[in-house]
Amino acid sequence: MAVYKGFEPVIGLEVHAQLFTESKMFCGCKSEYGAEANTLTCPVCLALPGALPVLNKKAVEFAMRMIAAVGGKVHRRSVFARKNYFYPDLPKGYQISQFDKPIGEGGAIEYHSGNGSRKRCRLTRIHLEEDAGKSLHPEHGEGFTRVDLNRCGTPLIEIVSEPEMESPEEAYGYLTKLKQILQYIEVCSGDMEKGHLRCDANVSVRPVGSEKLGTRTELKNMNSFKGVERALKFEIVRQIDLIKAGGKVEQMTLLWDEKKQVAEPMRSKEESHDYRYFPEPDLVNLVIGDAWIESVRLSLPEMPDVRADRFVSQYDLRTYDAAVLTDSRALADYYEQVMTHFDDARAASNWIQTELLALLKDNKQELHDCLVSPEMLGELLSKVKSGDISGKMAKTVFEAMFATGKAPDVIIKEKGLVQVSDESSLIPIIEKVIAAYPDNVAKYRGGKAKLFGFFVGQVMKETDGQANPQTVNKLLKERLDG
Amino acid sequence: MPLEKAQVEHIAHLARLKLSPDELEKLTLEMAVIIDYFEQLQMVDTDGVEPRDQFITAENVFRDDTVRPSLKQGQALGNAPESDGKFFHVPKVIG
Repeated sequence: MAVYKGFEPVIGLEVHAQLFTESKMFCGCKSEYGAEANTLTCPVCLALPGALPVLNKKAVEFAMRMIAAVGGKVHRRSVFARKNYFYPDLPKGYQISQFDKPIGEGGAIEYHSGNGSRKRCRLTRIHLEEDAGKSLHPEHGEGFTRVDLNRCGTPLIEIVSEPEMESPEEAYGYLTKLKQILQYIEVCSGDMEKGHLRCDANVSVRPVGSEKLGTRTELKNMNSFKGVERALKFEIVRQIDLIKAGGKVEQMTLLWDEKKQVAEPMRSKEESHDYRYFPEPDLVNLVIGDAWIESVRLSLPEMPDVRADRFVSQYDLRTYDAAVLTDSRALADYYEQVMTHFDDARAASNWIQTELLALLKDNKQELHDCLVSPEMLGELLSKVKSGDISGKMAKTVFEAMFATGKAPDVIIKEKGLVQVSDESSLIPIIEKVIAAYPDNVAKYRGGKAKLFGFFVGQVMKETDGQANPQTVNKLLKERLDG
Repeated sequence: MPLEKAQVEHIAHLARLKLSPDELEKLTLEMAVIIDYFEQLQMVDTDGVEPRDQFITAENVFRDDTVRPSLKQGQALGNAPESDGKFFHVPKVIG
């Protein structure tokens, strides 16, 4: 890779995904983003003396869904452990996590590598843990930090990859696919802005061809996938320049500064990773049998890549279109529902991609807010196909459907938008137009073929745009050329 | 295994404890005794004994994913040495 001056990077990612259960992991407090500070706490998540955690079964099931979705192995017995450290947003003084006996191991993510090919990155492990609260650091020289403990005890899964990615672009591709899977199996919103998905990266460099891994550093504080990509690029260049100047990479943690576009070493030497893990005595072991694993596996939806491949074979779509339509599970479901009311797969695909997605984007709407049901869209497209309305009219109708949620028939009636294909009603209008412009008729017959469009335009004007253009063309040609 | 004072200092730091020189001296001796005791335990023959993470045999104690009322904001902050009625205030961490 020329960009890297004879060196190649080796990247591993640790992703924390917030599971969207109703309640927290070890207590009944609501798990919700954006609530007023410190209104979603109880003795368990505040670490008041004597309070004991009880495991949320749904959180376990969500972790199992993810493990099954990536082809990993659910451990029959897993153990919760205390990870000990001090920080004001961690009231217990330890985080309940899993250490040497996590719930899941192995599996892989298949992703788009950025240069068009698919790559696979194996996963080391997936484990369950609780989130900490939130510290709001002083901004105006205040002498204190504010702490909100609403997030304390929210369930997370940490997904740890093997160090197998070879470029920042691959890291981006991996994250995009990981997010898509989490959303497909409905365990995490994937919203990075709200912190529902967070990513730390480990990176080292080594001379091209070398088998031995270099010393790695850890990057934190990236708040978007592009941020992860940029932070990795920055750090790879820093490590290579350092080595080329005769220096040595030191193992450390760097914080990405998105504003300055630099990664700076964490100031404190505090984080010595001396977490003194030990089994959590307040929780019993988690034992998962084959029947439970199997029932979770059977409850999984069709995965995005499998679905895209099926769209290509079943609906005869191009690979690109199938990928767009299966990008989210909701969109893919929508498309398939349209196809139960309409029979032209490519026309439906085009309409959804050009008209529906554009309107959603312009109106900053999500598909689930869309007033046009798949059935209604199917009806509309059928009317275009049968020639009842033109494609242009259909756009007008669709916009009105999108805005009001009314059925296509209702809007067509309201707007009087029926396409006139009936020759007997069009002939008098065409003859009238021809009679009105004898000069142009003469010029046209004299060789000015371009004037044909003029006549079409006049007929459309006379019919308020409702004449079927194909019929008009045919009738005009017969009369002008004949 | 002799216990170094530096190790005790490190452990004290992890627990955020400040020790006077006298306390450090005393704790180093006391902790050495504890470690000696565990070294005796190490001599017990445990071949064929499964390691245990738990002392009770119960497993899989779950709760359903149902929301229960939380404490009121005022209750949650009630024991805080410092707060503004919405947030806990702690000595500044960064910044």
